[in-house]
Amino acid sequence: MVDLRVKIGDLDLKNPVMTASGTFGYGVEFEDFFDLNRLGGFVVKGTTLHERQGNPYPRSAETPSGMLNAVGLQNRGVKYFAEKIYPKLERFQTNVLVNVSGSTVEEYVECAGVIDELEHIPGIELNISCPNVKEGGMTFGTSCPSAEAVVRAVRKVYKKHLMVKLSPNVTAIDEIARAVEGVGADSVSLINTLLAMAIDAETRKPVLSTITGGLSGPAVKPVALRMVWQVARAVKIPVIGMGGIMNAADAIEFMLAGASAIQVGTAGFVDPLAPVKIVKGIEDYLKRHKIESAADLVGSLQL
Amino acid sequence: MMNKTVQNLRVLSNIQLNRDHHLLELQAPVKLEQINPGQFVNVRVEKSQSTFLRRPFSIYGVNYEKNTISLFIKDVGPGSHVLTSTPEGEEVDVVFPLGNGFSLPENNERILLVGGGFGIAPLLFFAQELKNLNSKVDIHALVGARTADDLMELDSFAQYGQVYTTTEDGSHGLKGRVTDHLVLNDNLQIFDRVYTCGPEPMMKAVAAKAAAVGVFCEVSLENTMACGFGVCLCCVTDTTSGHQCVCTDGPVFNIKDLKW
Repeated sequence: MVDLRVKIGDLDLKNPVMTASGTFGYGVEFEDFFDLNRLGGFVVKGTTLHERQGNPYPRSAETPSGMLNAVGLQNRGVKYFAEKIYPKLERFQTNVLVNVSGSTVEEYVECAGVIDELEHIPGIELNISCPNVKEGGMTFGTSCPSAEAVVRAVRKVYKKHLMVKLSPNVTAIDEIARAVEGVGADSVSLINTLLAMAIDAETRKPVLSTITGGLSGPAVKPVALRMVWQVARAVKIPVIGMGGIMNAADAIEFMLAGASAIQVGTAGFVDPLAPVKIVKGIEDYLKRHKIESAADLVGSLQL
Repeated sequence: MMNKTVQNLRVLSNIQLNRDHHLLELQAPVKLEQINPGQFVNVRVEKSQSTFLRRPFSIYGVNYEKNTISLFIKDVGPGSHVLTSTPEGEEVDVVFPLGNGFSLPENNERILLVGGGFGIAPLLFFAQELKNLNSKVDIHALVGARTADDLMELDSFAQYGQVYTTTEDGSHGLKGRVTDHLVLNDNLQIFDRVYTCGPEPMMKAVAAKAAAVGVFCEVSLENTMACGFGVCLCCVTDTTSGHQCVCTDGPVFNIKDLKW
Protein backbone atom coordinates (compact mmCIF):
# COMPACT_ATOMS: atom_id res chain seq x y z
CA MET A 1 0.00 0.00 0.00
CA VAL A 2 1.22 3.45 -0.84
CA ASP A 3 0.33 6.50 1.20
CA LEU A 4 -1.35 9.11 -0.97
CA ARG A 5 -1.85 11.62 1.83
CA VAL A 6 -0.22 15.05 1.64
CA LYS A 7 -0.36 18.14 3.81
CA ILE A 8 -0.81 21.73 2.70
CA GLY A 9 0.05 23.58 5.86
CA ASP A 10 -2.75 22.70 8.28
CA LEU A 11 -4.88 21.04 5.61
CA ASP A 12 -4.78 17.25 5.45
CA LEU A 13 -5.51 15.90 1.98
CA LYS A 14 -6.25 12.21 1.43
CA ASN A 15 -4.45 12.54 -1.90
CA PRO A 16 -2.73 15.37 -3.80
CA VAL A 17 -5.52 15.89 -6.33
CA MET A 18 -7.79 18.91 -6.07
CA THR A 19 -9.88 20.53 -8.76
CA ALA A 20 -9.45 24.10 -9.90
CA SER A 21 -11.82 26.96 -9.34
CA GLY A 22 -13.77 28.08 -12.39
CA THR A 23 -13.69 24.59 -13.83
CA PHE A 24 -15.64 22.72 -11.19
CA GLY A 25 -18.74 24.84 -10.57
CA TYR A 26 -19.89 24.27 -7.00
CA GLY A 27 -18.72 20.66 -7.22
CA VAL A 28 -22.20 19.18 -7.14
CA GLU A 29 -22.37 19.39 -10.94
CA PHE A 30 -19.83 16.52 -11.01
CA GLU A 31 -21.71 14.28 -8.60
CA ASP A 32 -23.32 12.20 -11.36
CA PHE A 33 -19.84 11.34 -12.61
CA PHE A 34 -17.95 10.38 -9.46
CA ASP A 35 -17.88 10.53 -5.66
CA LEU A 36 -16.31 13.87 -4.81
CA ASN A 37 -14.93 12.37 -1.59
CA ARG A 38 -12.35 10.57 -3.73
CA LEU A 39 -10.58 13.91 -4.24
CA GLY A 40 -8.05 15.49 -1.92
CA GLY A 41 -10.19 18.58 -2.18
CA PHE A 42 -11.98 20.89 -4.54
CA VAL A 43 -12.15 24.63 -5.01
CA VAL A 44 -15.55 26.05 -5.87
CA LYS A 45 -16.08 28.82 -8.37
CA GLY A 46 -14.84 32.39 -7.99
CA THR A 47 -17.09 34.07 -5.44
CA THR A 48 -17.48 37.79 -4.98
CA LEU A 49 -19.23 39.94 -2.42
CA HIS A 50 -21.99 40.84 -4.86
CA GLU A 51 -23.57 38.87 -7.70
CA ARG A 52 -21.78 39.27 -11.05
CA GLN A 53 -23.23 38.58 -14.49
CA GLY A 54 -19.78 38.07 -16.01
CA ASN A 55 -18.80 39.06 -19.52
CA PRO A 56 -20.96 39.03 -22.65
CA TYR A 57 -20.94 36.04 -25.02
CA PRO A 58 -18.75 34.73 -26.75
CA ARG A 59 -16.73 33.69 -23.76
CA SER A 60 -14.62 30.84 -25.09
CA ALA A 61 -12.36 29.95 -27.97
CA GLU A 62 -10.81 26.61 -28.74
CA THR A 63 -7.16 26.16 -29.59
CA PRO A 64 -5.47 22.95 -30.78
CA SER A 65 -4.16 22.27 -27.28
CA GLY A 66 -6.29 24.28 -24.95
CA MET A 67 -8.92 26.96 -24.74
CA LEU A 68 -9.41 30.61 -23.97
CA ASN A 69 -12.11 31.82 -21.64
CA ALA A 70 -13.49 35.19 -20.72
CA VAL A 71 -16.20 34.24 -18.24
CA GLY A 72 -15.47 37.18 -15.96
CA LEU A 73 -16.35 35.65 -12.58
CA GLN A 74 -20.05 35.11 -13.15
CA ASN A 75 -21.44 34.06 -9.77
CA ARG A 76 -24.39 34.66 -7.46
CA GLY A 77 -22.40 36.34 -4.71
CA VAL A 78 -21.18 35.16 -1.32
CA LYS A 79 -24.56 35.51 0.43
CA TYR A 80 -26.16 33.17 -2.09
CA PHE A 81 -23.24 30.79 -1.66
CA ALA A 82 -23.56 30.76 2.12
CA GLU A 83 -27.34 30.30 2.11
CA LYS A 84 -28.01 28.07 -0.89
CA ILE A 85 -24.82 26.25 -1.81
CA TYR A 86 -22.97 25.75 1.44
CA PRO A 87 -25.66 23.43 2.90
CA LYS A 88 -25.10 21.12 -0.09
CA LEU A 89 -21.35 21.04 0.56
CA GLU A 90 -21.34 20.36 4.31
CA ARG A 91 -21.77 16.62 3.81
CA PHE A 92 -18.54 16.11 1.86
CA GLN A 93 -15.67 14.39 3.61
CA THR A 94 -12.97 16.28 1.77
CA ASN A 95 -11.51 19.78 1.71
CA VAL A 96 -13.89 22.25 0.10
CA LEU A 97 -12.25 25.61 -0.52
CA VAL A 98 -13.91 28.74 -1.87
CA ASN A 99 -12.16 30.91 -4.42
CA VAL A 100 -12.65 34.54 -3.42
CA SER A 101 -12.34 37.56 -5.67
CA GLY A 102 -13.12 41.24 -5.47
CA SER A 103 -12.90 44.62 -7.12
CA THR A 104 -11.51 46.36 -4.04
CA VAL A 105 -9.56 45.27 -0.99
CA GLU A 106 -12.68 45.91 1.09
CA GLU A 107 -14.72 43.51 -1.06
CA TYR A 108 -12.13 40.75 -0.64
CA VAL A 109 -12.14 41.32 3.11
CA GLU A 110 -15.91 41.33 3.46
CA CYS A 111 -16.34 38.25 1.26
CA ALA A 112 -13.64 36.33 3.16
CA GLY A 113 -15.29 37.35 6.44
CA VAL A 114 -18.57 35.72 5.40
CA ILE A 115 -16.81 32.49 4.43
CA ASP A 116 -14.83 32.46 7.68
CA GLU A 117 -18.13 31.77 9.45
CA LEU A 118 -18.77 28.59 7.45
CA GLU A 119 -17.60 25.72 9.62
CA HIS A 120 -17.00 23.13 6.92
CA ILE A 121 -14.96 25.39 4.64
CA PRO A 122 -11.38 24.93 5.90
CA GLY A 123 -9.84 27.49 3.61
CA ILE A 124 -10.16 30.03 0.85
CA GLU A 125 -8.22 30.51 -2.31
CA LEU A 126 -7.67 34.22 -2.78
CA ASN A 127 -7.90 35.02 -6.47
CA ILE A 128 -5.64 37.96 -7.19
CA SER A 129 -5.02 36.77 -10.71
CA CYS A 130 -8.21 36.64 -12.83
CA PRO A 131 -7.34 38.13 -16.23
CA ASN A 132 -10.97 38.50 -17.28
CA VAL A 133 -12.34 41.28 -15.13
CA LYS A 134 -11.61 44.93 -15.73
CA GLU A 135 -11.38 46.04 -12.13
CA GLY A 136 -9.54 44.16 -9.42
CA GLY A 137 -8.70 40.59 -10.35
CA MET A 138 -5.32 40.33 -11.95
CA THR A 139 -4.36 43.91 -11.14
CA PHE A 140 -3.92 42.90 -7.48
CA GLY A 141 -1.64 40.03 -8.37
CA THR A 142 0.76 41.73 -10.73
CA SER A 143 2.67 43.92 -8.30
CA CYS A 144 4.14 43.09 -4.93
CA PRO A 145 2.64 46.08 -3.05
CA SER A 146 -0.94 45.46 -4.25
CA ALA A 147 -0.68 41.70 -3.68
CA GLU A 148 0.65 42.32 -0.19
CA ALA A 149 -2.07 44.85 0.55
CA VAL A 150 -4.97 42.53 -0.26
CA VAL A 151 -3.46 39.46 1.41
CA ARG A 152 -2.54 41.40 4.55
CA ALA A 153 -6.06 42.83 4.80
CA VAL A 154 -7.74 39.46 4.32
CA ARG A 155 -5.35 37.78 6.73
CA LYS A 156 -6.61 40.08 9.49
CA VAL A 157 -10.19 38.77 9.20
CA TYR A 158 -9.71 35.27 7.83
CA LYS A 159 -8.41 32.81 10.38
CA LYS A 160 -8.37 29.53 8.45
CA HIS A 161 -6.20 28.37 5.56
CA LEU A 162 -5.38 31.20 3.18
CA MET A 163 -4.22 30.00 -0.23
CA VAL A 164 -3.30 32.73 -2.72
CA LYS A 165 -3.72 32.06 -6.42
CA LEU A 166 -0.97 33.70 -8.45
CA SER A 167 -0.99 35.17 -11.92
CA PRO A 168 1.47 34.01 -14.55
CA ASN A 169 1.10 37.35 -16.29
CA VAL A 170 4.05 38.87 -14.46
CA THR A 171 7.77 39.17 -14.97
CA ALA A 172 8.83 37.51 -11.70
CA ILE A 173 6.20 35.27 -10.14
CA ASP A 174 8.62 34.17 -7.40
CA GLU A 175 8.78 37.74 -6.09
CA ILE A 176 4.98 37.95 -5.85
CA ALA A 177 4.96 34.58 -4.07
CA ARG A 178 7.53 35.78 -1.54
CA ALA A 179 5.54 38.96 -1.02
CA VAL A 180 2.30 37.16 -0.14
CA GLU A 181 4.18 34.66 2.02
CA GLY A 182 5.56 37.59 3.96
CA VAL A 183 2.11 38.89 4.87
CA GLY A 184 0.53 35.66 5.99
CA ALA A 185 -0.43 33.43 3.04
CA ASP A 186 -0.52 29.77 4.14
CA SER A 187 0.04 28.48 0.61
CA VAL A 188 0.18 29.64 -3.00
CA SER A 189 -1.55 28.07 -5.99
CA LEU A 190 -0.39 28.65 -9.54
CA ILE A 191 -0.88 29.29 -12.32
CA ASN A 192 -4.05 31.10 -13.25
CA THR A 193 -4.69 31.44 -16.99
CA LEU A 194 -2.29 33.19 -19.34
CA LEU A 195 -3.53 36.35 -21.00
CA ALA A 196 -4.17 35.40 -24.60
CA MET A 197 -6.11 36.23 -27.75
CA ALA A 198 -7.97 34.52 -30.58
CA ILE A 199 -8.90 36.10 -33.91
CA ASP A 200 -11.38 34.90 -36.55
CA ALA A 201 -9.62 35.60 -39.86
CA GLU A 202 -12.87 35.26 -41.83
CA THR A 203 -14.67 38.00 -39.92
CA ARG A 204 -11.45 39.86 -39.02
CA LYS A 205 -12.77 40.14 -35.47
CA PRO A 206 -11.62 38.89 -32.09
CA VAL A 207 -13.37 35.66 -31.08
CA LEU A 208 -13.95 36.72 -27.47
CA SER A 209 -16.32 39.52 -26.52
CA THR A 210 -13.58 40.93 -24.30
CA ILE A 211 -10.92 40.70 -27.07
CA THR A 212 -8.45 39.03 -24.72
CA GLY A 213 -9.02 36.12 -22.37
CA GLY A 214 -7.28 33.45 -20.32
CA LEU A 215 -5.51 30.51 -21.94
CA SER A 216 -5.66 27.13 -20.20
CA GLY A 217 -5.08 23.49 -21.07
CA PRO A 218 -1.99 21.54 -22.21
CA ALA A 219 -0.67 24.60 -24.07
CA VAL A 220 0.21 26.32 -20.78
CA LYS A 221 1.72 23.34 -18.97
CA PRO A 222 5.40 24.00 -19.66
CA VAL A 223 5.00 27.59 -18.51
CA ALA A 224 3.15 26.49 -15.38
CA LEU A 225 5.71 23.84 -14.58
CA ARG A 226 8.55 26.35 -14.82
CA MET A 227 6.72 28.78 -12.56
CA VAL A 228 5.91 26.13 -9.96
CA TRP A 229 9.56 25.12 -9.90
CA GLN A 230 10.66 28.76 -9.49
CA VAL A 231 8.15 29.52 -6.76
CA ALA A 232 8.80 26.30 -4.83
CA ARG A 233 12.45 27.32 -4.56
CA ALA A 234 11.53 30.84 -3.46
CA VAL A 235 9.05 30.20 -0.62
CA LYS A 236 8.71 27.94 2.42
CA ILE A 237 4.92 27.67 2.31
CA PRO A 238 3.34 24.85 0.24
CA VAL A 239 2.84 25.32 -3.48
CA ILE A 240 -0.21 23.92 -5.27
CA GLY A 241 0.50 23.41 -8.96
CA MET A 242 -1.87 23.67 -11.87
CA GLY A 243 -1.90 24.48 -15.55
CA GLY A 244 -2.71 21.99 -18.25
CA ILE A 245 -2.69 18.88 -16.07
CA MET A 246 -4.48 16.26 -18.17
CA ASN A 247 -3.22 13.00 -16.65
CA ALA A 248 -1.25 11.50 -13.78
CA ALA A 249 2.10 11.95 -15.52
CA ASP A 250 1.44 15.69 -15.75
CA ALA A 251 0.47 15.78 -12.07
CA ILE A 252 3.64 13.97 -11.05
CA GLU A 253 5.78 16.39 -13.04
CA PHE A 254 4.29 19.24 -11.03
CA MET A 255 4.99 17.42 -7.76
CA LEU A 256 8.57 16.73 -8.81
CA ALA A 257 8.90 20.45 -9.53
CA GLY A 258 7.84 21.19 -5.97
CA ALA A 259 4.04 21.18 -5.80
CA SER A 260 2.65 19.63 -2.59
CA ALA A 261 -0.68 19.12 -4.34
CA ILE A 262 -2.13 19.83 -7.76
CA GLN A 263 -5.37 21.14 -9.20
CA VAL A 264 -7.05 19.71 -12.28
CA GLY A 265 -8.96 22.26 -14.33
CA THR A 266 -9.66 22.28 -18.05
CA ALA A 267 -9.09 18.52 -18.27
CA GLY A 268 -12.43 18.05 -16.50
CA PHE A 269 -14.24 19.66 -19.44
CA VAL A 270 -12.75 17.15 -21.85
CA ASP A 271 -13.05 14.19 -19.50
CA PRO A 272 -15.19 14.70 -16.39
CA LEU A 273 -13.52 11.63 -14.89
CA ALA A 274 -9.99 13.08 -15.30
CA PRO A 275 -9.60 14.09 -11.62
CA VAL A 276 -10.26 10.58 -10.28
CA LYS A 277 -8.25 8.95 -13.07
CA ILE A 278 -5.32 11.13 -11.95
CA VAL A 279 -5.68 9.96 -8.34
CA LYS A 280 -5.48 6.35 -9.53
CA GLY A 281 -2.60 7.16 -11.88
CA ILE A 282 -0.53 8.73 -9.09
CA GLU A 283 -1.12 5.63 -6.95
CA ASP A 284 0.00 3.38 -9.81
CA TYR A 285 3.11 5.51 -10.37
CA LEU A 286 4.10 5.30 -6.71
CA LYS A 287 3.69 1.52 -6.74
CA ARG A 288 5.63 1.17 -9.97
CA HIS A 289 8.50 3.26 -8.63
CA LYS A 290 8.29 1.68 -5.15
CA ILE A 291 7.77 5.06 -3.52
CA GLU A 292 5.90 4.73 -0.23
CA SER A 293 4.38 8.17 0.04
CA ALA A 294 3.09 10.81 -2.37
CA ALA A 295 4.67 13.40 -0.10
CA ASP A 296 8.09 11.96 -0.95
CA LEU A 297 7.61 13.07 -4.54
CA VAL A 298 7.33 16.74 -3.66
CA GLY A 299 10.33 18.66 -4.96
CA SER A 300 12.29 15.50 -5.71
CA LEU A 301 13.32 16.64 -9.16
CA GLN A 302 16.83 15.41 -9.85
CA LEU A 303 18.98 18.19 -11.27
CA MET B 1 -34.71 11.15 -16.25
CA MET B 2 -31.34 9.51 -16.73
CA ASN B 3 -28.35 10.81 -14.74
CA LYS B 4 -25.36 12.24 -16.61
CA THR B 5 -22.70 9.69 -17.45
CA VAL B 6 -19.46 9.33 -19.44
CA GLN B 7 -19.38 6.17 -21.55
CA ASN B 8 -17.73 4.64 -24.58
CA LEU B 9 -20.50 4.02 -27.10
CA ARG B 10 -19.94 1.60 -29.96
CA VAL B 11 -20.84 2.73 -33.47
CA LEU B 12 -23.48 0.24 -34.64
CA SER B 13 -24.01 1.99 -37.94
CA ASN B 14 -22.80 5.08 -39.74
CA ILE B 15 -24.99 5.88 -42.72
CA GLN B 16 -24.22 8.72 -45.10
CA LEU B 17 -27.59 10.32 -45.94
CA ASN B 18 -26.38 12.81 -48.52
CA ARG B 19 -23.16 14.67 -49.32
CA ASP B 20 -22.56 15.97 -45.81
CA HIS B 21 -25.13 14.44 -43.45
CA HIS B 22 -24.58 11.22 -41.53
CA LEU B 23 -26.77 9.19 -39.22
CA LEU B 24 -24.86 7.44 -36.45
CA GLU B 25 -26.41 4.81 -34.22
CA LEU B 26 -24.41 4.32 -31.03
CA GLN B 27 -24.84 1.43 -28.61
CA ALA B 28 -24.47 2.20 -24.91
CA PRO B 29 -22.77 -0.19 -22.46
CA VAL B 30 -25.17 0.90 -19.70
CA LYS B 31 -28.94 0.62 -19.72
CA LEU B 32 -30.49 3.75 -21.17
CA GLU B 33 -33.16 5.32 -19.03
CA GLN B 34 -35.55 8.08 -19.98
CA ILE B 35 -33.88 10.65 -22.23
CA ASN B 36 -35.95 13.69 -23.16
CA PRO B 37 -36.20 15.06 -26.71
CA GLY B 38 -34.15 18.25 -26.86
CA GLN B 39 -31.40 16.83 -24.67
CA PHE B 40 -27.95 16.48 -26.20
CA VAL B 41 -24.66 14.60 -25.98
CA ASN B 42 -21.10 15.93 -25.84
CA VAL B 43 -18.69 13.82 -27.85
CA ARG B 44 -14.91 13.64 -27.53
CA VAL B 45 -13.02 14.06 -30.79
CA GLU B 46 -9.43 13.04 -30.25
CA LYS B 47 -8.38 12.23 -33.78
CA SER B 48 -8.16 15.79 -35.04
CA GLN B 49 -5.11 17.87 -34.14
CA SER B 50 -7.10 21.08 -34.29
CA THR B 51 -9.76 20.05 -31.79
CA PHE B 52 -9.42 19.99 -28.04
CA LEU B 53 -12.93 20.30 -26.66
CA ARG B 54 -15.88 17.96 -27.04
CA ARG B 55 -18.60 18.61 -29.59
CA PRO B 56 -22.29 18.87 -28.64
CA PHE B 57 -24.92 17.15 -30.81
CA SER B 58 -28.68 16.96 -30.42
CA ILE B 59 -30.07 13.52 -29.78
CA TYR B 60 -31.91 12.35 -32.88
CA GLY B 61 -33.48 9.28 -31.38
CA VAL B 62 -33.28 6.69 -28.63
CA ASN B 63 -34.08 3.02 -29.07
CA TYR B 64 -34.53 1.62 -25.58
CA GLU B 65 -34.88 -1.96 -26.84
CA LYS B 66 -31.61 -1.85 -28.76
CA ASN B 67 -30.11 0.46 -26.12
CA THR B 68 -28.94 2.90 -28.77
CA ILE B 69 -28.74 6.65 -29.25
CA SER B 70 -28.87 8.10 -32.75
CA LEU B 71 -27.13 11.28 -33.83
CA PHE B 72 -27.80 13.23 -37.01
CA ILE B 73 -24.52 14.93 -37.88
CA LYS B 74 -23.66 17.48 -40.51
CA ASP B 75 -20.01 17.41 -41.51
CA VAL B 76 -19.17 21.08 -40.97
CA GLY B 77 -15.69 21.09 -39.46
CA PRO B 78 -12.85 18.99 -38.09
CA GLY B 79 -14.82 17.91 -35.01
CA SER B 80 -17.92 16.69 -36.81
CA HIS B 81 -15.73 15.22 -39.55
CA VAL B 82 -14.01 12.94 -37.04
CA LEU B 83 -17.41 11.59 -36.07
CA THR B 84 -18.81 11.18 -39.55
CA SER B 85 -15.61 9.29 -40.39
CA THR B 86 -15.89 6.87 -37.47
CA PRO B 87 -16.43 3.36 -38.81
CA GLU B 88 -18.84 0.76 -37.45
CA GLY B 89 -17.43 -1.11 -34.49
CA GLU B 90 -15.30 1.73 -33.16
CA GLU B 91 -16.13 3.42 -29.90
CA VAL B 92 -16.72 7.07 -29.18
CA ASP B 93 -16.45 8.73 -25.77
CA VAL B 94 -19.76 10.45 -24.99
CA VAL B 95 -21.10 12.46 -22.06
CA PHE B 96 -24.90 12.21 -21.93
CA PRO B 97 -27.72 13.02 -21.52
CA LEU B 98 -27.24 16.77 -21.14
CA GLY B 99 -29.58 19.74 -21.05
CA ASN B 100 -33.26 20.07 -20.31
CA GLY B 101 -35.39 19.04 -23.32
CA PHE B 102 -38.69 20.30 -24.70
CA SER B 103 -41.71 20.67 -22.47
CA LEU B 104 -44.55 18.31 -23.28
CA PRO B 105 -47.77 19.65 -24.77
CA GLU B 106 -51.18 18.86 -23.28
CA ASN B 107 -53.48 16.35 -24.88
CA ASN B 108 -55.52 17.65 -27.81
CA GLU B 109 -53.15 20.54 -28.38
CA ARG B 110 -52.01 21.39 -31.89
CA ILE B 111 -48.29 21.90 -32.18
CA LEU B 112 -46.00 23.16 -34.92
CA LEU B 113 -42.42 21.94 -35.22
CA VAL B 114 -40.24 24.30 -37.25
CA GLY B 115 -36.87 22.92 -38.32
CA GLY B 116 -34.11 24.34 -40.45
CA GLY B 117 -31.19 22.26 -41.73
CA PHE B 118 -29.99 19.70 -39.22
CA GLY B 119 -32.12 21.43 -36.60
CA ILE B 120 -34.72 18.82 -37.48
CA ALA B 121 -32.87 16.28 -35.31
CA PRO B 122 -34.37 17.01 -31.88
CA LEU B 123 -37.75 17.86 -33.40
CA LEU B 124 -38.08 14.47 -35.04
CA PHE B 125 -37.10 12.79 -31.77
CA PHE B 126 -39.76 14.89 -30.07
CA ALA B 127 -42.44 13.83 -32.55
CA GLN B 128 -41.43 10.20 -32.10
CA GLU B 129 -41.57 10.52 -28.32
CA LEU B 130 -45.03 12.07 -28.43
CA LYS B 131 -46.17 9.09 -30.49
CA ASN B 132 -44.51 6.67 -28.05
CA LEU B 133 -46.28 8.37 -25.18
CA ASN B 134 -49.50 7.83 -27.10
CA SER B 135 -50.35 11.46 -26.53
CA LYS B 136 -53.27 12.90 -28.46
CA VAL B 137 -51.37 15.79 -29.95
CA ASP B 138 -52.00 17.12 -33.43
CA ILE B 139 -48.50 17.45 -34.90
CA HIS B 140 -47.57 19.70 -37.81
CA ALA B 141 -44.01 20.09 -39.07
CA LEU B 142 -42.52 22.84 -41.20
CA VAL B 143 -39.12 21.93 -42.56
CA GLY B 144 -36.84 24.12 -44.61
CA ALA B 145 -33.53 23.66 -46.37
CA ARG B 146 -31.49 25.12 -49.20
CA THR B 147 -32.37 22.45 -51.75
CA ALA B 148 -34.53 19.33 -52.02
CA ASP B 149 -31.39 17.24 -51.47
CA ASP B 150 -30.92 18.90 -48.08
CA LEU B 151 -34.47 18.06 -46.98
CA MET B 152 -34.26 14.84 -45.06
CA GLU B 153 -36.50 12.56 -43.06
CA LEU B 154 -39.70 14.00 -44.54
CA ASP B 155 -41.22 10.50 -44.53
CA SER B 156 -40.40 10.17 -40.87
CA PHE B 157 -42.10 13.46 -40.05
CA ALA B 158 -45.06 12.39 -42.19
CA GLN B 159 -45.63 9.39 -39.88
CA TYR B 160 -46.48 11.80 -37.10
CA GLY B 161 -48.49 14.51 -38.83
CA GLN B 162 -48.84 17.05 -41.58
CA VAL B 163 -45.56 18.21 -43.18
CA TYR B 164 -44.87 21.51 -44.95
CA THR B 165 -41.61 22.26 -46.75
CA THR B 166 -39.67 25.17 -48.13
CA THR B 167 -36.47 25.23 -50.16
CA GLU B 168 -34.46 28.28 -51.06
CA ASP B 169 -34.12 27.16 -54.69
CA GLY B 170 -37.73 26.05 -54.99
CA SER B 171 -36.81 22.43 -55.72
CA HIS B 172 -39.28 21.16 -53.10
CA GLY B 173 -42.28 22.79 -51.48
CA LEU B 174 -42.61 26.54 -51.27
CA LYS B 175 -39.71 28.51 -52.71
CA GLY B 176 -38.08 30.61 -50.03
CA ARG B 177 -37.12 30.35 -46.42
CA VAL B 178 -39.02 28.61 -43.63
CA THR B 179 -40.16 31.98 -42.39
CA ASP B 180 -41.84 32.71 -45.72
CA HIS B 181 -44.28 29.83 -45.36
CA LEU B 182 -47.97 30.61 -44.98
CA VAL B 183 -48.33 28.37 -41.97
CA LEU B 184 -46.14 30.78 -40.03
CA ASN B 185 -47.59 33.92 -41.50
CA ASP B 186 -51.34 33.41 -41.88
CA ASN B 187 -52.29 30.60 -39.52
CA LEU B 188 -49.94 30.63 -36.59
CA GLN B 189 -52.65 31.43 -34.08
CA ILE B 190 -54.35 28.07 -34.73
CA PHE B 191 -51.43 26.38 -32.93
CA ASP B 192 -51.13 26.01 -29.18
CA ARG B 193 -47.37 25.61 -29.21
CA VAL B 194 -44.45 26.16 -31.57
CA TYR B 195 -41.10 24.40 -31.13
CA THR B 196 -38.17 25.38 -33.30
CA CYS B 197 -34.56 24.37 -33.90
CA GLY B 198 -32.24 25.59 -36.62
CA PRO B 199 -30.12 28.60 -37.51
CA GLU B 200 -30.50 31.38 -34.95
CA PRO B 201 -31.84 34.02 -37.40
CA MET B 202 -34.56 31.53 -38.39
CA MET B 203 -35.45 30.81 -34.78
CA LYS B 204 -35.52 34.52 -33.96
CA ALA B 205 -37.90 35.14 -36.86
CA VAL B 206 -40.13 32.23 -35.80
CA ALA B 207 -40.05 33.44 -32.19
CA ALA B 208 -41.05 36.95 -33.25
CA LYS B 209 -44.02 35.60 -35.21
CA ALA B 210 -45.11 33.40 -32.29
CA ALA B 211 -44.74 36.28 -29.85
CA ALA B 212 -46.78 38.54 -32.13
CA VAL B 213 -49.80 36.21 -31.94
CA GLY B 214 -49.16 35.16 -28.34
CA VAL B 215 -48.42 31.50 -29.04
CA PHE B 216 -46.23 29.49 -26.66
CA CYS B 217 -42.83 28.98 -28.28
CA GLU B 218 -39.72 27.07 -27.31
CA VAL B 219 -36.40 27.32 -29.14
CA SER B 220 -33.42 25.00 -28.97
CA LEU B 221 -30.24 27.07 -28.88
CA GLU B 222 -26.84 26.15 -30.11
CA ASN B 223 -23.75 27.68 -28.55
CA THR B 224 -20.01 27.17 -28.24
CA MET B 225 -19.54 24.93 -25.24
CA ALA B 226 -16.55 23.73 -23.29
CA CYS B 227 -17.93 21.36 -20.62
CA GLY B 228 -21.61 20.85 -21.50
CA PHE B 229 -22.72 20.40 -17.88
CA GLY B 230 -22.67 23.83 -16.33
CA VAL B 231 -19.25 24.26 -14.78
CA CYS B 232 -17.32 26.41 -17.25
CA LEU B 233 -20.06 29.04 -17.76
CA CYS B 234 -18.87 29.71 -21.31
CA CYS B 235 -22.07 29.02 -23.26
CA VAL B 236 -24.30 31.65 -21.71
CA THR B 237 -27.22 33.38 -23.35
CA ASP B 238 -28.86 36.58 -22.14
CA THR B 239 -32.20 35.97 -20.45
CA THR B 240 -34.62 37.99 -18.37
CA SER B 241 -32.93 36.43 -15.31
CA GLY B 242 -29.41 37.29 -16.46
CA HIS B 243 -26.83 35.09 -18.11
CA GLN B 244 -27.92 31.47 -18.21
CA CYS B 245 -26.04 28.43 -19.47
CA VAL B 246 -27.30 26.97 -22.73
CA CYS B 247 -25.97 23.58 -21.62
CA THR B 248 -27.86 23.28 -18.33
CA ASP B 249 -30.60 25.93 -18.26
CA GLY B 250 -31.22 25.03 -21.93
CA PRO B 251 -30.64 24.24 -24.69
CA VAL B 252 -34.42 24.61 -24.84
CA PHE B 253 -35.70 28.02 -23.75
CA ASN B 254 -39.16 29.53 -23.73
CA ILE B 255 -38.95 32.69 -25.82
CA LYS B 256 -40.53 34.73 -23.05
CA ASP B 257 -37.34 34.13 -21.03
CA LEU B 258 -34.94 35.22 -23.77
CA LYS B 259 -33.89 38.78 -24.47
CA TRP B 260 -34.46 38.44 -28.19
